[in-house]
Amino acid sequence: MKRWPGALIVLVLAALLYWRYAGPTSDPQTPLAQQRADAAALRDPALIARGKYLATVGDCAACHTMLGGTRYAGGRSLATPFGDVPAPNITPDPDTGLGHWSFDDFWQALHDGKGRHGELLYPVFSYTSFTRVTRDDARAIFAYLQSLPPVPQAATPLGLAFPYDVRSGLLAWRALYFKAGEFRPDPARSAEWNRGAYLVQGLGHCNECHAPRNAFGGITQNGRLTGGQIPQLEWYAPDLSTRRGGGLEGWSARDIVDLLQRGQSAKGAAFGPMAEVVYNSTQHMTDTDLQAMAVYLQSLPPRAVAAAPAPLSLAASGGRGEKIYTQHCADCHGTDGNGVAGIYPPLNGNTSVNEPTGINAIRSVLLGGFPPVTAGNPRPYSMPPYAQPLSDDDITAVISYIRRSWSNKASAVSPADVAKLRQAPND
Amino acid sequence: MTVFTSSRKRQHMLASRAAAVLLVLGICSPLASAMDPPVAATHPPVPDTIQQRAMACTSCHGVHGEGAADSVGSPRLAGKPAGYLLQQMRYFQNGQRRNTAMEYVLRQLDLPYMRELAGYFASQQVPYPRPPLPAASAATLRRGEQLALHGDPSRGVPACTRCHGSTLTGVEPMIPGLAGLSAEYLNAQLVSWRTNTRAAKEPFCMGIVANRMRATDVTAVAAWLASRHLPSDMRPQSASAQTEPLPGWCVMGDDGERP
Repeated sequence: MKRWPGALIVLVLAALLYWRYAGPTSDPQTPLAQQRADAAALRDPALIARGKYLATVGDCAACHTMLGGTRYAGGRSLATPFGDVPAPNITPDPDTGLGHWSFDDFWQALHDGKGRHGELLYPVFSYTSFTRVTRDDARAIFAYLQSLPPVPQAATPLGLAFPYDVRSGLLAWRALYFKAGEFRPDPARSAEWNRGAYLVQGLGHCNECHAPRNAFGGITQNGRLTGGQIPQLEWYAPDLSTRRGGGLEGWSARDIVDLLQRGQSAKGAAFGPMAEVVYNSTQHMTDTDLQAMAVYLQSLPPRAVAAAPAPLSLAASGGRGEKIYTQHCADCHGTDGNGVAGIYPPLNGNTSVNEPTGINAIRSVLLGGFPPVTAGNPRPYSMPPYAQPLSDDDITAVISYIRRSWSNKASAVSPADVAKLRQAPND
Repeated sequence: MTVFTSSRKRQHMLASRAAAVLLVLGICSPLASAMDPPVAATHPPVPDTIQQRAMACTSCHGVHGEGAADSVGSPRLAGKPAGYLLQQMRYFQNGQRRNTAMEYVLRQLDLPYMRELAGYFASQQVPYPRPPLPAASAATLRRGEQLALHGDPSRGVPACTRCHGSTLTGVEPMIPGLAGLSAEYLNAQLVSWRTNTRAAKEPFCMGIVANRMRATDVTAVAAWLASRHLPSDMRPQSASAQTEPLPGWCVMGDDGERP
């Protein structure tokens, strides 16, 4: 009996410590006057305008808007390997949106990945990147979101099965793959580089797609941008290094800015999920910010050059790939694979032609389509979808041919890959 | 001073201009070749035409939007009202009409470009081929004719002609023609209305009409429409030709022009 008080004291202390450090951080003790002053400051039109720009840079609307729905009113269900997670309504509706949220609540979500009541958020909300966003920028975004007309629209229920529906399971995941912390500028680098790094690693959340994920959906090497297959989307987000062995090898800053701003550069065109990013987000960014991102991406280190795959036996396919290329592709992309500047992207040396999986080339041939319409490219030329006229074997032959022609040294693809990707949904 | 320069003087001016141009080129060409990327193999110039730009559309729907022979997957676009075509593109973008391939192709197009594409296909006048004659009994065709021309008042189904024009070639600017479409395509569309995979979000007239029809009526009306002789003028009628008002509960949906 004598030892009980000691144990009790330890327990109480532990509970207090938990409350202090792990419990809800929004302080209910904030004086009313202070709260009112904060609310007034959030209505500053200049702050709201800055927040609108930053919300566009972060492409918040991409997830927080349902197909055909009101922007930021949520409702889109995001597919993950663990189940569907609905993106919530972030308009200031009091019942279904962020109407009752304070800035501290918002900061806790963006920076710490915790909901208003301290619940752990699923990392499909990219707080792993957004944690780098500064408090000032977060405040501007919050001011903008709070300025939107409130839209009553309740979130769809969580589509996660046991054990993923138990949020406390995220504690272990967070210990491994999440470290909260604002972006710290590197004093050895230029202001431009630091701005680019801040945008790429933070709001731009480029790393969420352009990096490999393990079986737990975690990214182990944050910020390296070495490329990866996008979970559930059946697209490959390529490596972003512009140096030797990099996915963007040989890309100039101009090429990067062109792709993000016009949707098309001398080196390639944006398609699939990246077309959506350009259309909704990057085309609206300032020249200065895009240039800064390009400067940062150009500083990514060279990559190990992969060993060339076994030579493709053209004889085995009877020159079928080349024949199909001449018949269907060469008119636009040229017999030399160099395309037509500003109109048809080159296939020779093209990042997405050569990415390791072949997914992008296969889906581009199946789907065709237009690069995104942008102010710089308002009437883009387009590519026919070949899903109907070409068989799995035809597509396999022509893509394998393209991936091994000119300067390309990528592996062949298989008819099974093509057959599988025919069934891939748009998103 | 004369207003007209003599031809001799003009020749002289042209010659000196040409010399100046050559001089400029001569000075600049080493610089230009140093700055330009290596010249690729010659590529014939790409025509600056909407047909060339719209190859993602024309490869399936035809260079003039004439549609594929089996017009279920790639229906005719040529000559349909521009407002209707634009509206359908908007519906593919916002999920009111579902088709994976169309949704992907249209996803990142904006209103002005879609309007241009719609205008191009709407302005194409291509002869209609007679659609394949459907295999249908005389009784089915009679029921189809009854529905198309008189509707079924007992079920609240209006005649097709009430909205789609007395010749069933459509009405400007929004109502598509039904003449010249295959039974298979018409069937597929009516079923899409019934299963909410076509423009299903609004209380939209065709959704209501299709759901009031019996399944056998869908087949019958599609068969009769596809078996008709085509009118000589296949263009949509002008809006003023529509003398009867649309049914009161008919909601046209948005005209595609709303951003």
